[in-house]
Amino acid sequence: MRYPFSVGRSDFIQGDEAIARAAILAGCRFYAGYPITPASEIFEAMALYMPLVDGVSIQMEDELGSIAAVIGASWTGAKAMTATSGPGFSLMMENLGYAVMTETPMVVVDVQRGGPSTGQPTLAAQGDVMQAIWGTHGDHSIIVLTPATVQEAFDMTIRAFNLAEKYRTPVVLLTDGEVGHMRERVNIPDPDEIERIYRKIPKSKEQGKYPFRDWDGDGVPPMPVFGRGYRAYITGLTHDERGKPKTVEAEIHESLIRRIVDKIEKNKKDIIDYETFDLDDADVAIVSYGIASRSAIRAVKILRKEGIKAGLLKLNVVWPFDFEMIERIAERVNRIYVAEMNLGQVYHLVKEGANGKAEVELIPKIGGEVHTPKDIIERVR
Amino acid sequence: MYLESSYKIRDKYLRTDMLPTMFCPGCGIGSVLQFTLRSIEELGWKQDEVVWVSGIGCSSRVPGYVNFDGLHTTHGRALAFATGIKMANPDLKVVVFAGDGDMSAIGGNHFIHAIRRNLDVTVILINNFTYGMTGGQVAPTALKGLKGTTAPYGNFENPFDISQLAVAAGANYVARWSVFNYVQGMNSIKKALQKKGFSLVEFLSPCPVSFGRRNRMKTAPELIRWYQKITVPISKAKKMSPEELEGKVIIGEFVDRDRPSLDEEYERYKERAKKLMGWEE
Repeated sequence: MRYPFSVGRSDFIQGDEAIARAAILAGCRFYAGYPITPASEIFEAMALYMPLVDGVSIQMEDELGSIAAVIGASWTGAKAMTATSGPGFSLMMENLGYAVMTETPMVVVDVQRGGPSTGQPTLAAQGDVMQAIWGTHGDHSIIVLTPATVQEAFDMTIRAFNLAEKYRTPVVLLTDGEVGHMRERVNIPDPDEIERIYRKIPKSKEQGKYPFRDWDGDGVPPMPVFGRGYRAYITGLTHDERGKPKTVEAEIHESLIRRIVDKIEKNKKDIIDYETFDLDDADVAIVSYGIASRSAIRAVKILRKEGIKAGLLKLNVVWPFDFEMIERIAERVNRIYVAEMNLGQVYHLVKEGANGKAEVELIPKIGGEVHTPKDIIERVR
Repeated sequence: MYLESSYKIRDKYLRTDMLPTMFCPGCGIGSVLQFTLRSIEELGWKQDEVVWVSGIGCSSRVPGYVNFDGLHTTHGRALAFATGIKMANPDLKVVVFAGDGDMSAIGGNHFIHAIRRNLDVTVILINNFTYGMTGGQVAPTALKGLKGTTAPYGNFENPFDISQLAVAAGANYVARWSVFNYVQGMNSIKKALQKKGFSLVEFLSPCPVSFGRRNRMKTAPELIRWYQKITVPISKAKKMSPEELEGKVIIGEFVDRDRPSLDEEYERYKERAKKLMGWEE
């Protein structure tokens, strides 16, 4: 397979570009998008590469259409992706819920910018965390990844596709304008060395007839492919295992929604990913993720030099959330600080996790600039 | 026109385990569904190469009753989903079953852009001038003066002519009939299904329960008689003045042309890209 960019070596590229290349290497062959700062570069890279790898890149009339086209493509068996930023992400909420309900694997990239509304189009923010997790209506669970570097944007894009296919669910890659527009050196692996997961498809016509039955006991039903004779019927209404709308039966709604939630929540261990720095003997823990965590690492190093035993928990996945791990940390430290580029979102998750075992304080930052290490140090000191 | 027995069509194309349908007595959707299934039968299409896509509304429940792959999506977005299906696998034939509210109000933007792109799908559109499923609110297609629960004193807005909109946006094939014109309707569906690029067949379809009841037409026959009164064939309409056409709905075949479809254009685009990048030998 020939790629329209160099592989098996490092390259100096933007985060947005890295996401596009990683998607193609992960096997993505369908992209639908709508121009929006600071995510347009992902689309532009896809527009350049997709025709060359026999994939599709199409500009839709709006973000409602982009995500809809991506879901449609996914049902033909394609790995598919769209990318946007806050205003477009808001428009996508409707069909993100449709993807959850119909258990459609797909990747949505939200390159966060300052909000609400049109806000600060060219500047970074982390204000969409709760929207990514809870933005679509109704009970559900979803997977949200938060890269902090261009390399992580690359690696986590591949992981996002793998998780989407493995758990038959939409996955949100929640990055920001800073990571998206920053250029860094990225190691692009040899395509043969990349782990690629593909969705389970029905082993028989009978299995295909029940696209929502948990045949394997792992909560993830095999997914039919349109055009291959399964004659699957897929609806956003509450449905039974056959796919038949059942809109008033409480037990059918409950078993469907609980399975959709459980396939994520019960596989937390497999999905959750985090890194720690100097956390084992720390008196003070800093929790951070995405671009803000890079300043937090520096802050920890400086604080340690000053003799303050600080440590960092850097979250690579903000949902599902490991509340128990936060409680274990809270039992060991005096205080937990949450550094994030908003007025408190993951802060609330950490506070719930800490369960009163340690004080939890927020180090917020809005306006478009990333925390400086000093912003964090001065609060902790 | 030779017609196969209804039992044969039913047994071959309906999912019996999904029946009964949720359609009310006197509803026209079943008739239009029958026209569509008979057309597919006459064309000899294989069920496994056709995907049915729909949005939200009474007519959008149709993909659940037919034995094909089906995607019942969100309100107004059927054509955006269909874009993904068709472009990711151009070998699939895509039929979109939609209502007038779904297509011309909440889905208006997807509708005009799918047509502009000349997406290779066939839209079968049920126009009953109302939102039937939610209980009879006025639709953007409702003629002036018609009553709905959200315009109880008579619609004061101008109606959309969906077929003319499709012609203007660039569709390859557009026709409109009432469910009463079943011979013309079936011929149009057959033409539309075979047409590469965007095709639309619009049907004036009775909704006695949500619409007729509020407009002094409580039964389907009354609505059909009303359609006969308000519809004018294109040839006759050409000789009529704008004043005479006030409150009328023109029926017939509005356009039949062969502009290249989106997937054909994209194939050429891929070739161009490879050539420009020096990927072709």
